[in-house]
Amino acid sequence: MQSTHEISPAKVEQEKLYLEMGLSEEEFEKVKNILNRRPNFTETGIFSVMWSEHCSYKTSKPLLKKFPADGPGVLQGPGEGAGVIDIGDGQAVVFKVESHNHPSAVEPYQGAATGVGGIIRDVFSMGARPVALMNSLRFGNLTTGRTKYLFQEVVHGIAGYGNCVGVPTVGGEVQFDDSYEENPLVNAMCVGLINHDDIQKGIAAGVGNTVIYAGAPTGRDGIHGATFASVDLSDESDEDRPSVQVGDPFMEKLLIEACLEVIHSDALVGMQDMGAAGLTSSASEMASKAGTGIAMNLDLVPQREEDMNAYELMLSESQERMLLVVKRGREKEIIDVFEKYGLQAVAVGEVTEEKSFRLIQHGEVVTDIPVDALAEEAPVYHMPSKEAAYVKTFQKMENEVPHVTDHGEMLKQLLQQPTIASKESVYDQYDSMVQTNTVVAPGSDSAVIRIKGTDKALAMTTDCNSRYIYLDPLTGGKIAVAEAARNIVASGARPLGLTDGLNFGNPTNPEIFWQMEQSVEGMSEAARTLKTPVVSGNVSLFNQSNGKSIFPTPVVGMVGLIESLEQLTPNFFQQPGDLIYVIGETKAEFGGSELQNVMKGMYKGKAPAIDLHVEAKRQKQLLTAIRQGFIESAHDLAEGGLGVALAESVFNGKGLGVDVSLPGDPTTAMFSETQSRFLVSIKPEQQEQFEAAIENAVQIGTVTGDETFVIRANDEALIDEDVQTLHELWKGAIPCFLN
Amino acid sequence: MKFAVIVFPGSNCDRDMYHAIKHVLGMEADLVWYDNSNLENYDAILLPGGFSYGDYLRSGAIASASNVMQHIKAHAEQGKAVLGVCNGFQILLEAGLLPGAMLPNKNLSFMCHYEPLAVANHKTCFTSNYEKGEVIQLPIAHGEGNYFADDETLSALKANKQIVFTYENNPNGSAADIAGIINRQGNVLGMMPHPERAVERLLGSDDGVKLFQSLIQNWRDAYAVNA
Repeated sequence: MQSTHEISPAKVEQEKLYLEMGLSEEEFEKVKNILNRRPNFTETGIFSVMWSEHCSYKTSKPLLKKFPADGPGVLQGPGEGAGVIDIGDGQAVVFKVESHNHPSAVEPYQGAATGVGGIIRDVFSMGARPVALMNSLRFGNLTTGRTKYLFQEVVHGIAGYGNCVGVPTVGGEVQFDDSYEENPLVNAMCVGLINHDDIQKGIAAGVGNTVIYAGAPTGRDGIHGATFASVDLSDESDEDRPSVQVGDPFMEKLLIEACLEVIHSDALVGMQDMGAAGLTSSASEMASKAGTGIAMNLDLVPQREEDMNAYELMLSESQERMLLVVKRGREKEIIDVFEKYGLQAVAVGEVTEEKSFRLIQHGEVVTDIPVDALAEEAPVYHMPSKEAAYVKTFQKMENEVPHVTDHGEMLKQLLQQPTIASKESVYDQYDSMVQTNTVVAPGSDSAVIRIKGTDKALAMTTDCNSRYIYLDPLTGGKIAVAEAARNIVASGARPLGLTDGLNFGNPTNPEIFWQMEQSVEGMSEAARTLKTPVVSGNVSLFNQSNGKSIFPTPVVGMVGLIESLEQLTPNFFQQPGDLIYVIGETKAEFGGSELQNVMKGMYKGKAPAIDLHVEAKRQKQLLTAIRQGFIESAHDLAEGGLGVALAESVFNGKGLGVDVSLPGDPTTAMFSETQSRFLVSIKPEQQEQFEAAIENAVQIGTVTGDETFVIRANDEALIDEDVQTLHELWKGAIPCFLN
Repeated sequence: MKFAVIVFPGSNCDRDMYHAIKHVLGMEADLVWYDNSNLENYDAILLPGGFSYGDYLRSGAIASASNVMQHIKAHAEQGKAVLGVCNGFQILLEAGLLPGAMLPNKNLSFMCHYEPLAVANHKTCFTSNYEKGEVIQLPIAHGEGNYFADDETLSALKANKQIVFTYENNPNGSAADIAGIINRQGNVLGMMPHPERAVERLLGSDDGVKLFQSLIQNWRDAYAVNA
């Protein structure tokens, strides 16, 4: 990269170099007003990253305020590295989801790997030990070489990083739809465990205290990554590959251990990850939150490459770096800990009374900006919004029952759809067991990890059916939260709260902004009704390429608490003779369904309806019944409806089968995606208690011991298959697509 | 009986091993940072899994050259027990305490799941509590677990009954289905599957318990004789 020392403030303005960095004309004027002068090149770069959507949330902030962030047990809401919720016994769970979409589109292995690394740092920067990773991935259909390559390399990247760093990847979800063809989504979630006393904040408090840089030295990788993440992808995006960071999970592992050791020192004042916008955002945010300033000497910053200028040092997104504020005079005890792990830790500056962000390099002041101008005074935009025209058309359509001639064949087709098919070939590549807490491994509605030393466990899931959100963002937003909570409840856990990973197209398009508004509204309403506060999150916009936007995809990462391991409930049927029930009535709802995808190759019509009060009541009743011990298994009904859920319930190698008689229209009963439904099994002797406790539960059949899958409708056999055949189709589909 | 769990930079199953020994089996155990040279007070040394030094260069290669290996060799020469699991096995191979080498899995992917293993030699101090030929379920979690040795070495391993565990459905391409081998003296065992992950039914299998119990029982028997 060319040296930028010579580029004068006058040239930055005259040649409008700020536009290339992502600042608009108006924003540049605002910068000049704040400084009462022209910004120099480095300062322009600093403003442009701090005011990028990725760091400032300038277009999404007005929407994010709608999320309910408070609730009983919330110890830390949005604003720090990750959200924190009390789980009793002086412990708390820490979690957050983050996207790494744009980097993964141009360099899938490193894009995904560094996404994992970044979210882990957000969690241990809070002082928590990372105990689990989840992910939520979206790709185009597995028909082109490029999509297969992206899919496989993203999975390799997640595995490469997570396995090495020693945090189990316990679950996740993958959906495939054409809208993600050019713009895949890679959202990673990390869950940590912490004692209340150990909770850290990223604050630069105490004038005179020392700022310490710890971890990997700074290189020229990822410069302007936050800005890159805040524009549309295009055919030229490949040229931005130098904006993609490179990860070193070994360094991260050392950093985790060192940071979790220093949190026990009372010399530590604050700690924050150098994530998006690197040294710039961590230092300025820590000062802004504490109401102080920071002065740093950039000559002291560990550097991996020669002759890095201030612009490069401040905007680099080199990975595995942390910024700490330490009590003056006690630097050595902190530095010693990092050195034990072979890590560099260097005093690079101090906390100042004057609220400025002041950087010195080679004896010259290269940056002098009021701290609050970067963080709190970043511009906020209220974007114009307009109901998407296609949605109006869809809303006018009537719900129709598709004409299915052979239900057995249709079930086989559905089980082989990549969105529904087994993801075993994916999660087999993840170390899901390290840390020896994984009670329910990948492949269930929720993953479950036990909490050592207690009888409790954490359930976690990531969910978002973006097809419904595309059809009807308000309803779809409600469903995303409700479905996540349903998955948590099905495992026997009480939902505690959620983290959101909002992935949308270009917000300057009023119809896209309307999708954002509506889905956030729907999610907020569901989060309030289901009492799952939104404690952390991430926004990724401009997920479109060549004018084509992704489906609106606000991913929900939810965590729940299992109070006693006895209440842990499997998704799979357990014993021959157990009775099978569906909880919740089924209507003809095929808009956005997998059946519609298979039969029409598109999504249209109304999304399934949802009544959040019904949802809340049903979840509460089921959880109560689980706690009273009369539920043998519980499974959420989702893509592919009852047919797919029944099949999945016998894919556990226990030699079981089902004999089911469907009420009503067989196509609707089998494949409709009506919301707020569960598939449960109970012991026959508990039938009376169960039916008294649960409303709207209909017995549809029994679990058998002969590995046959028998479905009857109107007293005739609709499907008669052997479980092995179905299981193999389901299990083999994704490897088959990739070969 | 007192166990040392050696922690290299990048080890990540160290705490799991410690938990298994200390909290499940109720034995004394310490996490011992790799630059500690004093191993004299320990009766058994455990090299846990993970990615020591990021597995840069080759899996286990850098750790095998660290100073602590001299002390581990001395410990082994005294006839005391050494167990290397996963990356620990790779380190023992690189250090020459066990013969052979590891190649990437034949499908070139990391893999993590339970595998059935046969106890091929139940007459070692690590396996005496298992039945002859017993099939057990242990998790594997590795990208380079494809055991390789030349024919001469493989013949010697077979002739000396040094093959302790074999895969029932060879997942990674290992020669002779090898999952774990022991040295000639019978006190240094290396294995890719993770016995420390299989000590509690809650997590799926407790088939690894007998391995540690064998070790403890044999140590007690020997201790009683020597005392």
